[in-house]
Order: sequence, then structure tokens, then C-alpha cells
Amino acid sequence: MDKMMEEKKRNEAYAKYVQAKIPKTKAWPSLFNSFLVGGIICCIGQGINDLILLWFPNMAEQSAWAYTLIVLIFIASFLTGIGVYDKIGKFAGGGSIVPITGFSNSITSPALEFKHEGVIYGICVKMFTIAGPVIVVGVVASFLVGVVYLFI
Amino acid sequence: MYYLWVFLIGGFICMLGQVLIIYTNITSARILVTFVIIGVLLQAFGIFDPISEFARAGINVPIIGFGASLAKGAISGVQSKGLLGAFTGGLEATAGGIVAAIFFAFVFSLIFKSKTKS
Amino acid sequence: MYTNQTVIFKNKPVIIGSYSIVGPKEGKGNFGPYFNYVMKDDSFGEKSYEKAEMKMLKTAIVGAIEDAKLQASDVNLLLAGDLLNQIISSSYAARDFDFAFLGLFGACSTMAESMAIAASIIDGREFDTIVCSTGSHFSTAERQFRFPLELGNQRPPTSQWTVTGAGACVISSKGKGPKITMATFGKVIDYGINDVNDMGAAMAPAAMDTMLAHFRDTKTTPDDYDLIVTGDLGKLGSEILIDLMEDKGIKLGLNYNDCGQMYFTRNQNTLSGGSGCGCSATVLNSFIMKKLRTGEYKKVLFMPTGALMSTTASQQGETIPGVCHAIVLECDESVKEVKTSTTSNKNVKNVKKKTVRQSISKKNQEIL
Repeated sequence: MDKMMEEKKRNEAYAKYVQAKIPKTKAWPSLFNSFLVGGIICCIGQGINDLILLWFPNMAEQSAWAYTLIVLIFIASFLTGIGVYDKIGKFAGGGSIVPITGFSNSITSPALEFKHEGVIYGICVKMFTIAGPVIVVGVVASFLVGVVYLFI
Repeated sequence: MYYLWVFLIGGFICMLGQVLIIYTNITSARILVTFVIIGVLLQAFGIFDPISEFARAGINVPIIGFGASLAKGAISGVQSKGLLGAFTGGLEATAGGIVAAIFFAFVFSLIFKSKTKS
Repeated sequence: MYTNQTVIFKNKPVIIGSYSIVGPKEGKGNFGPYFNYVMKDDSFGEKSYEKAEMKMLKTAIVGAIEDAKLQASDVNLLLAGDLLNQIISSSYAARDFDFAFLGLFGACSTMAESMAIAASIIDGREFDTIVCSTGSHFSTAERQFRFPLELGNQRPPTSQWTVTGAGACVISSKGKGPKITMATFGKVIDYGINDVNDMGAAMAPAAMDTMLAHFRDTKTTPDDYDLIVTGDLGKLGSEILIDLMEDKGIKLGLNYNDCGQMYFTRNQNTLSGGSGCGCSATVLNSFIMKKLRTGEYKKVLFMPTGALMSTTASQQGETIPGVCHAIVLECDESVKEVKTSTTSNKNVKNVKKKTVRQSISKKNQEIL
């Protein structure tokens, strides 16, 4: 028992020491990069949306947004395929993860990665290793919200 | 001039993601999940639409928008179809994005190959 | 009160051949000129990175046997390991060879583990010639332990870069070359670190434990060695080790360094440095071995560390245990002659190259 306590104490002291030892990188440059890239991606999305509404003035707003997201998803998926998106991600961090393009990247990248394990067991099975939780959590949460709205 | 709002709000949301990365060391799957929940909650409390009015793509392009449309679909589904709507509404509203992501991922993974980082 | 962890070899097994092969990024690193072979492309002409890793190991093993001027039939046993699940690279590389195989897993400490075991077997006069080999590949490690290559994420400042490379050496009871004089087998040490991006901090306590045991068992001090080198603690981990040793009253001076920390140049963006089995294996079998053979180093303490974790364990909230094995390499100047004779007998070497190659498998003939 004593030994366990001693070990716990030692580990806590060590964790504290390591935390202090970890090199502190300046946060500001990376925050700025993510702001910049995130903002640009959103502006591109707005641009696509405006163009769609310009060409198809009768389209419902909801459908225009759906098309916008589909175009963005296509672009991100393509950039992932040709090996550019991970370079953007290295620079932008959160700036290219949080937009819907990051969702697209997190589906395409494992699919590419596990290509060698075959179409079924590789691409299809591994496709959702990263983005799966997003869909699961989103669906569960929205279902719960729906049920709550049923009673109010 | 609404592009400025789009840029500022979209950039700010993405920067929040970067704050999470720097200070909590969480992985991208967790970031995406966090923001989807934020979107669902914003929609559930009716805050999303007023923001979306002026932020436009600034809040619709981040994954928050995905969460919001899931919740929006579920809510309007409940209003028109009752309990069944809670089951069908969310995915109905977001089906476009999910199918696009799956389809393009499938096609591009057949065409391309992953390359080593340098 | 302690138990002895160190074996002091009476018959002093000799390292008679070594070989290192690395990827293009590693070739541009600080040890670039010392490697035997730098691949132009890290898929090495194979379909998948796993296959490339197997081929790298095979190349290293063939290269080391050739360097020792032996035939495949002279080898009694192969000791090898790697990072992949069920150590597939090693066992699949071994199926193309016609000698016995023992698979080891010591994570990144495998090179020292295999050499210590080989030296123990040879010291007991059971076998004459044993080949030790290990390697790692950035892309296979990345997909097994971390994320897909094309995922756009950032690496935290404590993360390390898995070295694409494989090293092999031939240990024999007779011949000329650096001798293995002592080996210290390490305990598994866990100080409760659970950040998989901070391997240096997780492994440094294991390095400390083995180092203390080594100095205690052999009654040596850091000053007795020309070089004390850990495997892949990285920048952060090696600083931690220096601090930990200082707390125990032992000062590590300028003769201490870390392979991972030295591996890449500053603008190669590898953050805390290199890691992986290949990191210590390629440095040992190129740079350190050459310096020993030329007599620049007389006594080297080589102690790579390994983090014994798996993704399953860390997802279940387990902490990361570390292990560290140490071997002492010594060399007297007489090897210098051997080195000069190697260069003058190029023709002889070429003839032998063919025979080794033919005896292994057709696939290997494409190599080089």
C-alpha cells in the first residue's frame, strides 16, 4: 500500500515536472493562421453560394446551401486525393479542420490510406474511422433535440 | 460588405478550434464532434438562425452548420410528422453533405494514392 | 538490495558486419553520408509501405551478411523485430532466408535487445554467427499509431518523426571488429505518462533506471565512455534524462547524446527529433560502427529505449511503460587494418555478393 502511494506521488511530481519542461510554442502565429485560412474557406463558401443564386435565382435558399456544401466537400476531397490538403492543414490547424472541408478530408484520408487492404475491408470499412463519431454524435444529439421538441 | 462578416465570424470559429488544439491537445475527430454538438445546441435554443442571418457562410461552412441542420431537420420533422420526424428529419436535412462526402471519398480513394509527408 | 541486471561477456562477441538503409528524408539528415544506402523513394518500388518495410529489412540483412564477407549458410540465427502488429516486417523478411528466426518486440529498443541476446548466446558458445536486425517506416507507423497520411492535422511540439530505415549487424564468436563486452537488460518502468505524443517523457525514466543499473553493476561512470547514446528520447526526452540522472547524483557530460535528437537537421521540421526502431538501428550500424572501426571511439554505451504501448492500451486509458536495454561496444585499434583490406579487396567482395544473393531469393536480386 505504501509503495503504491509512493509511486503515485512520484508520478504526480514527474508529470508536473514534464509539463513545465515541454517547450512552449508561441500560440499567436498558429491562431492567426487558423483565423486566416478558416475565414478564407468560409468566404469561398459564400462566393460559391452567391454564384449558385446568381445562376439559379429561383432556387430555394436551403438547396443553395446544400449545393454549396457539396461543392466544398468535392474540392476538399479532391485536394486530399492529390495530397494538398494535409499541407494546408499543417499550416492552418483548426482553420482547415473546423470547416465542412475538414469533415470531407477526414473521410477521404482514411479511405485513401487503407486502399491497399482492398475496396471492402480497406476503403469502405475504414472510411469512417475519424468522421464516424461526428455523424453518430450529431444524429444522436439531433434526435434527442427532436424528441424534446415533441413534448414542448 | 457582408464578406467581411463571413470572414471574421468564420475565422473566429476556426480559431476557437485552434485554441482547443493548442491548449487541450485534442485530435481532429474530437474537435469535429465538439463543434457538431455546439451546432445542435445553437439550433435547439434557436440562436443559430439569427446568427446565420448576417454571418451566412461564416457559420454555415464550419461544421457547426452541419450540426445545426441536423437539429433543424429533426425539429421540423417532429413538427410535421411527430415522433417519426425525430428519426428521419436530421439525416434527411443533411443527406446531401453526407452522400457527397462518402461518394467523393470513395471515387478519389480509387483514383489516388496516399503520399508520405515530408 | 538489488539483483544483477548486467551480463559481462567472457568471450566478447564481435560485430563483424553492419548495414544501414534509410529513406530519402533521413538521407538528407545529419547522418546522411554515413548510411550504406539511401532510397530514392520510400515506397522502395513496392505496392504498400508495409511491403517496403519488409524489403528494407531484407536489404539490411543481406547487406550485413555481405559486409561480414559471409554466406547465408554461415548464419545460425536471425534475431529481428519491428513496430508493426505481430512484427510482420521481420517475420515476413525472415521467410526468404534459410536460417532460424527469433522474433523480438522491444519497440524502439529492439536493436540493443537483439544484440544483447545474440551476444549472450554467442558468449555461451552455442552458436557462431547471429544476425540482428530491426527497422521502422514513417508511413506504416503513422497509420498504425496515429492518423492517415493525408489528414490535415498539426503535430504537437513534443511529437517525434518515425525514421524510415533499417539496420542490421552480424555478430560472431570470432573475427575482427567492435566487441560487445557487456549488456544490461532493463526493467519495464512506468512513470504514468499517457500522452502518446510525448514518448520522450514516457521513456526517459526507463533510460535512467537502466543507466543506473548499468553503472552500479559494472562499477563504471559516465567518464569511462567515449559516447553514451540513447535511442529516440528526442530533444525533450534527453533533457529530461539529464535532469533525472542529475537528481540521482550522476552528471551526464558532453559525451552523452541521443540518436533521435541528432538525426535530423533543424529545418527538417521534425519537432522533437527522430524515433522508431530504425532511428537507433541506422545510427548504430552506420555512424557509430564506423567511428568504432576507425578507433575514434573506443568504448560506447548504446542504450535505445522503447515505449511498449499499443493503440488499444492507450485508448483504454493505460499509461505508457518504457523499457531500455544497454550494450557496451568496445574496439581496439587493430580493426583499422581490416577496414583498409575491405577497400582493397573490392573484387573479392563483389564475387561474394553474388553468391549470397543467389542463395537467398530471386526477389533480393533486384535490390541495389
